[in-house]
Amino acid sequence: MSNPDEQSDCDWRPTAGLEALRLRARGLALIRAFFAERDVLEVETPAMARSGASDVHIASLSTICHAGGAASGQFYLQSSPEFAMKRLLAAGSGPIYQVCRAFRDAESGRLHNPEFTLLEWYRPGFDHHGLMDELDTLMDRVLGSAGTTRRLTYRDAFVEHGGLDVFEASTHALLARAEDSGLMLSGDSPAERDMLLDFLFSHTVQPALRDGRVYVYDFPASQAALARVRATQPPVAERFELFLNGIEIANGYHELADADEQRQRFAADGVARKRLGLAQMPADERLLAALAHGLPDCAGVAVGLERLFMIAAGESSIQAVMAFPLTRA
Amino acid sequence: MASYSTNEFKSGLKIMIDNDPCTIIENEFVKPGKGQAFSRVKFRNLKTGRVIERTFKSGESVEAADVVEATLQYLYNDGTEWHFMDEESYEQHTAGKEVVGDAANWLKEQDSCTVTLWNDTPILVVPPNFVSLLVSNTDPGLRGDTASGATKPATVQTGATIKVPLFVEEGELIKIDTRTGEYVSRVKE
Repeated sequence: MSNPDEQSDCDWRPTAGLEALRLRARGLALIRAFFAERDVLEVETPAMARSGASDVHIASLSTICHAGGAASGQFYLQSSPEFAMKRLLAAGSGPIYQVCRAFRDAESGRLHNPEFTLLEWYRPGFDHHGLMDELDTLMDRVLGSAGTTRRLTYRDAFVEHGGLDVFEASTHALLARAEDSGLMLSGDSPAERDMLLDFLFSHTVQPALRDGRVYVYDFPASQAALARVRATQPPVAERFELFLNGIEIANGYHELADADEQRQRFAADGVARKRLGLAQMPADERLLAALAHGLPDCAGVAVGLERLFMIAAGESSIQAVMAFPLTRA
Repeated sequence: MASYSTNEFKSGLKIMIDNDPCTIIENEFVKPGKGQAFSRVKFRNLKTGRVIERTFKSGESVEAADVVEATLQYLYNDGTEWHFMDEESYEQHTAGKEVVGDAANWLKEQDSCTVTLWNDTPILVVPPNFVSLLVSNTDPGLRGDTASGATKPATVQTGATIKVPLFVEEGELIKIDTRTGEYVSRVKE
């Protein structure tokens, strides 16, 4: 996508048309009105902080600040406002939402820009199903209520569209299926189960979810991220994603509130980062202290607003609804 | 051997896939919000011409294919192989029937053509878009008939047979579009 930009001598211009920018502004106004009606408080949290996401698949950008004392040193541009918003929830904020810029290094393409806009909100007293209901109401508001809405478990999505039960299939069987579907692995690359699931989901299941809205929930426990795990057999993470026309739009959790388990997940991420040769990410001690103090039982979700507005505008790339993507920033 | 990381992938890049040289047509970044990033690549196998899709884990490296396109002069056919020469270095290359393929229909001695070399060996020969060839055999011409649009078969000096207008005569030089194999015009010498 970069070539036309590099060659053009008018790359000072926005990549979005003015109509798309107006649609974007109307969408933001609708979203703020939606939460105002429901007494969900708009908040703002830092874009740069001492810690970032520990997830091995999220590469944080960092910067050095020279403001003296505790305001000096390395800070991470936030890949999501999750940690800070959970600290507000632990401090008794009640339901909150935020529209903010988030940053992820090494992500660029038709559906990715290293700087993008997230809508994130948290609902004390909701589980992931309750939050899917509210998200669906918001989608009605932004997109109109036309179209179909479906909910299915991660397991059923795979059975229906991938033709296998991922909770039963061996890693060897997943690898064989992935290679049949075009995955090329170099000899020294281990075929990790979650990588194979990510490949099969994005290449075989997701294309089949192209009609309307599909909510996929109850992910494998190994993909819990920051969701709580329900001790069923097999255990599942109380996590969901929304796909609009087959495009991933939102990711939500019935939030993990246990400080000890959160600490263990940070540690496990640290071990995985070391194994993969990635930089260590300091554990967010303030988040852990807030969880130890007590996070209300809650669910939270993050919505990629460029993708949502892209679909609302009938476009096929997020650059069509961004004034200046990074290649023109 | 040089290699490319997936984040260097772009259209036109030449890489080795399944031991064959390939050129990338399209590269798409695919990444679940929480999960592994991939490069989904559409590429053309330069030996077979087939277009295939494969997916790599982001960050993996793929061997570069030593592929160059050279403009070479076609020298002659020795009965089994076609001989070409680099007009600057005088280096010669030979290519067999499986490489030359249909290009053989349009190769005239001393014409320049585009030869794709992989590890210095021809894998694809593309003739010029237009070539001028002598008509070696065709039915007698109908003088004056320049407008009816009717055609007849004609064999040209390379042995290929094409359709030509009725007025074209044996011994005439004609211009042919090698991409379609169609007659374009007569050539005034």
